Amino acid sequence: MKSFRGFVLKEFLHIFRDRRTAAILFGMPMLQLLLFGYAIRNEISEVKLGICDLSHDQATRAITSKLLSSGTFSAKRNLRSPEEIGPAFASGEMNEAVVFEPGFAARLQRDGFCDLQVITDGSDPNVSRIITGYTASVIQDYLGEQYAPFSAPGVVPVPVMLFNPALRSVYLFVPGLMALILMLVSALMTSISITREKEIGTMEVLLVSSLRPTEIILGKVAPYMLLAFINVLTVLALAFMVFGVPCRGSLPLLILESLLFILTALSLGIFISTITASQQAAMMISLGGLLLPTILLSGFIFPVASMPLPLQVFSNIIPAKWYLIIVRAIMLKGADFSYLWQETLVLVLMTVLLMAASIRKFSERLQ
Amino acid sequence: MIAPSAVRIAEVGKSFGAVKALGRVDLDIPQGELFGCIGADGAGKTTLFRIICTLLLPDRGRAEVLGFDSVSDFREIRRRLGYMPGRFSLYQDLSVEENLRFFAAVFGTTVGENYDLIKDIYTQLEPFRERRAGKLSGGMKQKLALCCALVHRPELLVLDEPTTGVDAVSRREFWQMLKRLKAEGITILVSTPYMDEAVLCDRIAFLQKGSVLGVDTPCGITGLFTRPLYAVRARQKYRLITALRRYPHAASAYAFGGSVHYSDKRPAADLRDLLAWLDASGLEDAGITQIEPGIEDAFMALMELQGETGTEGADG
Repeated sequence: MKSFRGFVLKEFLHIFRDRRTAAILFGMPMLQLLLFGYAIRNEISEVKLGICDLSHDQATRAITSKLLSSGTFSAKRNLRSPEEIGPAFASGEMNEAVVFEPGFAARLQRDGFCDLQVITDGSDPNVSRIITGYTASVIQDYLGEQYAPFSAPGVVPVPVMLFNPALRSVYLFVPGLMALILMLVSALMTSISITREKEIGTMEVLLVSSLRPTEIILGKVAPYMLLAFINVLTVLALAFMVFGVPCRGSLPLLILESLLFILTALSLGIFISTITASQQAAMMISLGGLLLPTILLSGFIFPVASMPLPLQVFSNIIPAKWYLIIVRAIMLKGADFSYLWQETLVLVLMTVLLMAASIRKFSERLQ
Repeated sequence: MIAPSAVRIAEVGKSFGAVKALGRVDLDIPQGELFGCIGADGAGKTTLFRIICTLLLPDRGRAEVLGFDSVSDFREIRRRLGYMPGRFSLYQDLSVEENLRFFAAVFGTTVGENYDLIKDIYTQLEPFRERRAGKLSGGMKQKLALCCALVHRPELLVLDEPTTGVDAVSRREFWQMLKRLKAEGITILVSTPYMDEAVLCDRIAFLQKGSVLGVDTPCGITGLFTRPLYAVRARQKYRLITALRRYPHAASAYAFGGSVHYSDKRPAADLRDLLAWLDASGLEDAGITQIEPGIEDAFMALMELQGETGTEGADG
């Protein structure tokens, strides 16, 4: 027991001795959250709009003023002919153009419909899709005001966005970010710290010491577990205080599930260190093999459902995918454990498997 | 009177895949001995040491350390063993004191408990107690590493090339410490690439390609060299070596410092004939003196012998 305590103490000394590493470990989560929260967002706040009005009647003027008064669009300039649209997009002067056909209001009165062309910059598909949606809803609004009482019977969809009515992207990023940070701190740092012992030859001495292999593994796990846990609390507090991201479900459940995910990531880190001999190899595997899939394939940024089938199948072995489902459900939907036991079970199984494999490989002797 | 064995190795062999690291090694090291292992890189020294330290399992044969079997009783051995691996470099970011305390803790003891054993060495480190191990000089690092290996008062100390990359003065100090530890009754097993250190051991084993070529006292090893040995000097050294090797009666010719050590196949060399041969090879300034063979000459001769009998072995 005395030797185990000494070992854990040494691990803490390593972490705090190097001020830069310590600063990164504690500062990185905050920095990432602020970056994701402020800089990287899906909401479009200013659409530079060009109007090409070939009709100049009361209907086109009303639609134009409605667009511009919504706050999202700002008028760049009036285009005299559709030919001016191409160059204006190429120069980046505008990212949306609306073209009213000649005789717009007259045709609307006479035929009951008319054409309005919405042109967007397809080189940025996400932005295009969103602003097209904005424009369509403004026009729908206008038509509703003007013609609703007289219009033919029809079906009007009334969308309600549950859990995140304002569709704020920070709600999406916080759970993903937690998964990312925990992966980074737990898996990367443990795998590096164990392979470092191998590199500098101290692992051989630790093996011949009175420490048992499980004590060595636990001694490596404990400090990073605590560190990762502090990071979870920091991110949650910051997300709530700065961005107002709520935790609608049970906070203790969220914390317990996070601890489970930390354990999964730690056992992954240990497993990596048992199959590599150098810090560099451990880092490459952790970064390439864990971080990228965590960002790209877990559903953090790109929805799993829209991936091709092989990637969807592959995403199942990424722990972050299951953690993300759990965190989103608890934080945003207020789900309780009865809805999440399957995802939790997957994480438990992964952890047990990885731990067992690591302890098997991490023998009392050298290979 | 024969002291009981600290290490007894019988027919131990070890391979890593297709690479044979140890062929068939037999060794017997009595308690209290300062035992040296010399051999080129890849001769199998580290593998042998790791087997003794119970870190590797031998493929065949048996190793008995301090009376315990290295496979079944490895925990008993580990408790009584001090080990300094070849690449051992301590924790660079921890201070001298923290390193020492840590190793004391993981071996289940405290620095105070065995302070008398490390006192001599540690007093030299004392002024740098707070300094990080990474900022120590090479010699200081080795002393600290030795302290860390000794802190639990082991019965057997295994040091894998402890002085490689350390300056000459520190090396001498380090060996003086080993002598003092030997006086404390600790058996010491040490490997070194330096021949001048090998002479300081009680007995030495020569390792070559995974086999022990010979085990003897430094004097005994030099005694293995029975042929007369000559130091030959000339200004053009490279030419001198090739000329000597072409000489029909030559047994061996190796460069040693400023001269070439030459031995003759005949019981008594005909120096006049040799000088004439060198003269004919364009080395008019050649001079020959007979010398006493040193340990390196013995090592070379042993290697030569090994090459002739063609014993199998591989690098490892």
